[in-house]
Amino acid sequence: MAQTREQIEQMVNQWLKYVEELMKNEGLPIVPEEKTGDPLWVDVREMRLKYLIPVKRIKKFFDGLCEGKIYATRCPVKGIYYFPPQADCPACMDENLEWVEVKGEGEILTFTKINVKPLSFVHYPDYIVAIARMSEGFNVLCWLSTDKPDEVKPGMKVKLVVKRREPEGFFSYYLEPA
Amino acid sequence: MVNAAIVGVGHTKFGRATDKQLQELAWEAIKEALQDAGITQRDVQFVAVGNTGRWSSDPLPAVVISEYSDLCPAGSIRVEAACASGSAAVRAAYQTVASGQADIALAVGVEKMSESTNLQVVEMIGRAGNFFWEFEQFGLTFPGYYAMYATAYLHRYGAKEEDLAAIAVKNHYYADLNPHAHFHKRITIDDVMKSRYVAWPLKLFDCSPQTDGAAAVVIASEKIARKLTDTPVWIRTQAVATGTSNLSKRSNFLSLDSAVKAAEEAYKRAGVERDKAYKYFDVAEVHDCFTIAEILAYEDLGFVERGQGYALAREGETYKGGRIPVNLDGGLKAKGHPIGATGVSMAAELTKQLRQQNPPERQADIKRGWAIAHNIGGTGHYAYITIYTLDKPPTG
Ligand SMILES: CC(C)(COP(=O)(O)OP(=O)(O)OC[C@H]1O[C@@H](n2cnc3c(N)ncnc32)[C@H](O)[C@@H]1OP(=O)(O)O)[C@@H](O)C(=O)NCCC(=O)NCCS
Ligand SMILES: [Zn+2]
Repeated sequence: MAQTREQIEQMVNQWLKYVEELMKNEGLPIVPEEKTGDPLWVDVREMRLKYLIPVKRIKKFFDGLCEGKIYATRCPVKGIYYFPPQADCPACMDENLEWVEVKGEGEILTFTKINVKPLSFVHYPDYIVAIARMSEGFNVLCWLSTDKPDEVKPGMKVKLVVKRREPEGFFSYYLEPA
Repeated sequence: MVNAAIVGVGHTKFGRATDKQLQELAWEAIKEALQDAGITQRDVQFVAVGNTGRWSSDPLPAVVISEYSDLCPAGSIRVEAACASGSAAVRAAYQTVASGQADIALAVGVEKMSESTNLQVVEMIGRAGNFFWEFEQFGLTFPGYYAMYATAYLHRYGAKEEDLAAIAVKNHYYADLNPHAHFHKRITIDDVMKSRYVAWPLKLFDCSPQTDGAAAVVIASEKIARKLTDTPVWIRTQAVATGTSNLSKRSNFLSLDSAVKAAEEAYKRAGVERDKAYKYFDVAEVHDCFTIAEILAYEDLGFVERGQGYALAREGETYKGGRIPVNLDGGLKAKGHPIGATGVSMAAELTKQLRQQNPPERQADIKRGWAIAHNIGGTGHYAYITIYTLDKPPTG
């Protein structure tokens, strides 16, 4: 049931229009609940949330994606890898981490396919999310793209690649069968 | 430390409460708990509210509930530990009493999930893990997080989806006997197998539902508890642990490290031998938000050896009369899972079990007088293990 964002927006707008009409006619934004008929007040206020998330200290990671590269950070003292990359090494109480390009070879630890999707993801076809153990020893969680979804299983060899996420067009990382 | 015990419990019907606001629902449970304890609002010195919220409209539930229930001006706090918020509320109330700062405290758990649409709720729960690295780009859902544990478990031990289904069958069976439960519908393995996939390999009947509901417990110091009741249910100990926010940072997907750690700590304090743990408890409440989670709980609590948990329910060992009865109220799966209410509901249920107040078909045989609650927030992000006993803790 892949719906486009436009379809969802349209459904929501239709519903809001119905409530608006009702409010004008009846004088109150109160609608009967679908199954029980219980009267529900439809919130007149609406809040659109889009967080503004600082990425300054890990910007290299995103610059890397634009060049088709995937970076982790690594502690030069203890050799600990950080993925997702982070700017601080809590083990050393230091922020001297170095950026290292990941080799991109791994093996599936586990995976799932998301059928019932969050509202902001309903415009994608069902997607496989997998966690792979990379050869460096850390794990990566992301979407797995494959033409043969039935062949995916724990232990399968995979590689990590950069692709654009469509329809939005932002760079992201994906696992693929090796 | 002062000894503390549960002396009153209240519990609403779980389900879709489209006829009640958050504070109305909470009050229903609070009123019952106060009456059960034989006290009034004036006796309550502290109120802890477990509520995850966001799907419901009030951001300060503790004060809204306190005003509506005439609990002001007693001090209050709203606590969050995802699906273990209820146990966190029990903790806040328990610690307030145990530290001697109050003689009587109230723990309330409440959730109104039906104020938002299903897919919005799926989104809000999905965001609860690591938002930036696991949700924002990859759209994980809670069924999805646990599905990854299920995939790894089934693959490693050769268990089948039917084995997961056996948990749902058990919990729906007991929910049918519990008037407070969300679902009153016995199901078969076949029903589960035929239900649609939500996050492969988990299907609709492997999942707990989105539920509205409230529960409340009154916690009193030893001195007061003795005056209020002949059967105080003592909080023997509570242990907590935290897991990584990113699932990718975990070393394996066969066990919840936080649950193992918290159980180890609780067992050490209460003198329970892990490999014989089931012998210490007459009944258990475990966090079966998804069927796989109940199987992991059996193993993480040491009720059975690793890799063998999937057979327990199928073989009847976690039914009444088995090795250890688990979730005789229907569990999260079928009693329902109003996120912040669940831990308090577990406390209320185990209190009733230890007092032997349940109908016989779902009343465990109380021999030793010990019970255990395993309440997990997120996917092992928070772990709260609480041991309740009829005999008074030795110290204090
Ligand atoms: C699984 C889930 C996505 C299903 O939601 P949905 O696809 O929108 O399903 P609907 O609410 O439309 O329900 C359709 C039917 O299935 C039933 N149903 C819903 N969830 C159910 C469940 N978990 N188990 C059994 N039946 C369920 C409904 O009662 C309804 O029955 P009806 O048509 O007879 O009234 C939803 O229950 C969910 O999000 N569960 C997980 C909650 C969660 O993550 N909690 C935190 C865990 S830590
Ligand atoms: Zn370091």
